[in-house]
Amino acid sequence: MTINTTVLWVFGGIFLVLLVGTIAGAILSARAKNEESRRTIDNLNARTRSWWIMAIVIGTAVLLGQKAIILLFAFISFGALREFWTLTPSRRGDHRSLFLSFFVLLPAQYALLWVNWYSFYTVLIPVYAFLGLAAIATLSGETGDFLDRSARVQWGLMLCVYSISLAPALTTLKTGSDPILLLLYLVIVVQLSDVLQYVFGKLFGRHRFSPNISPSKTIEGLVGGGLSAILIGALLYPLTPFSPLQSAGMAAVIVVAGFFGGFVLSAVKRDLGVKDWGTLIEGHGGILDRVDSLTFSAPLLFHLTRYWFAT
Amino acid sequence: MRSPGGLPTDDRICPGSPSRSRAAPYRRRSVWSGAEPTTRQRIYFANHSSHFDTLAIIAALPPAIRARTRPVAALDYWGKTRMRRFIAVECLRSILINRTRTGEGDPLDPVREGLAAGSSILIFPEGTRGSGETIAPFRSGLYRLAEAFPDVELVPAYLDNLSRIMPKGSMLIVPITCTVHFGAPLAPFPDEDGKAFLERARLAVERLGKPA
Repeated sequence: MTINTTVLWVFGGIFLVLLVGTIAGAILSARAKNEESRRTIDNLNARTRSWWIMAIVIGTAVLLGQKAIILLFAFISFGALREFWTLTPSRRGDHRSLFLSFFVLLPAQYALLWVNWYSFYTVLIPVYAFLGLAAIATLSGETGDFLDRSARVQWGLMLCVYSISLAPALTTLKTGSDPILLLLYLVIVVQLSDVLQYVFGKLFGRHRFSPNISPSKTIEGLVGGGLSAILIGALLYPLTPFSPLQSAGMAAVIVVAGFFGGFVLSAVKRDLGVKDWGTLIEGHGGILDRVDSLTFSAPLLFHLTRYWFAT
Repeated sequence: MRSPGGLPTDDRICPGSPSRSRAAPYRRRSVWSGAEPTTRQRIYFANHSSHFDTLAIIAALPPAIRARTRPVAALDYWGKTRMRRFIAVECLRSILINRTRTGEGDPLDPVREGLAAGSSILIFPEGTRGSGETIAPFRSGLYRLAEAFPDVELVPAYLDNLSRIMPKGSMLIVPITCTVHFGAPLAPFPDEDGKAFLERARLAVERLGKPA
């Protein structure tokens, strides 16, 4: 595959932003005065270091093409599902369902994506796994908390496998523009929205949005970060089949959905009594902490684009 | 590699596998609270719910400690077939013991020999794998070893998630992360009887799994 100049521009821009972030972090680190600000800046710099790695991983997959992207997201799903089930309780009677989630349904979902069997990969988990795993769970004979347990199994699959798989599914859409760029658009808008909400929150945050669920989210961060991410989304319209205005609208959908993705998963974490899903990504927590906003925004962007813009 | 005393000193999980192997299908993680990982002679005792329990603890121990720690395993299970014996004895350097007293001799004798030779020991005092939801009463061996070797530290360990990785009665592995929690050492009080000590030891393991 020839290297697309737009892709190079996009990654050039990402690396430039990361370079600025790295330099700013080094300056802040040298100027940190007290223990608390030092801790915040150390975490900021750890996050930036991790961003370099994540950008390089995504960049490599994009250069290698669609199949590499599908494989990368399959591994992201696997890691996320692992984190989900490490912290979510299950009983002996769920063992078979968990095994099937990891080793049958997850590979099947991405294999169907690989062969682009749209009408099957959109129903495999919401229909067949939903009914089938509940049926299989009855065979274990364990009825305690049956509805709770079935819901957890289904949530694990919907969040970590189905929703995440619809991000690489964007690359299968025929919209007249390069579909890989549309995936980059999603990833950039959703992740920038997270980053900008964090930055605006740290700089101007006064009013907590919901102390019960996510103590670090503030109204200032939310509005400032969200609006800037929508603006950047509008400016990135050349990556998409959308007009600038449509692109702003899609970015707004991504930002709002992404926010609630992070928010809902925070509520799940509070329910489970944990702060982070894992420890794999330094400064961020686990894989699921990083892709929580993607789990809500990817399905929406996929289905909206497919309905209105794909042929 | 074996030291002159016949005590294996390598930290391989399996012969031929790279040292510090991640041979287990999960990522090893350990938390030490109340005890430090040192090479001092110890009896580690833990809850038991999966075949991977021994591997999880062995993998969670730093290599220097791993090299001198030998798991105790049931002869009637791990000595039954050639394959099992290979895994238990050749790979993990287990001490195989009879779970029931048959004929003459104390089933714990091989463990005493191991301790006398300077090894640390890993033991599952429930005596069998449980459901993972509760910890069964401890059998008396732990108390008898504590009495016979007062200088050896008794360190409780709680294995989290192991029963969900591969529960008893299933060969299917679910690839989630497990954690080993090591706790503060404990020893029988001078006037404490065996039963009370064993219950206290059981509670020490249980509490590691439910931090306040």
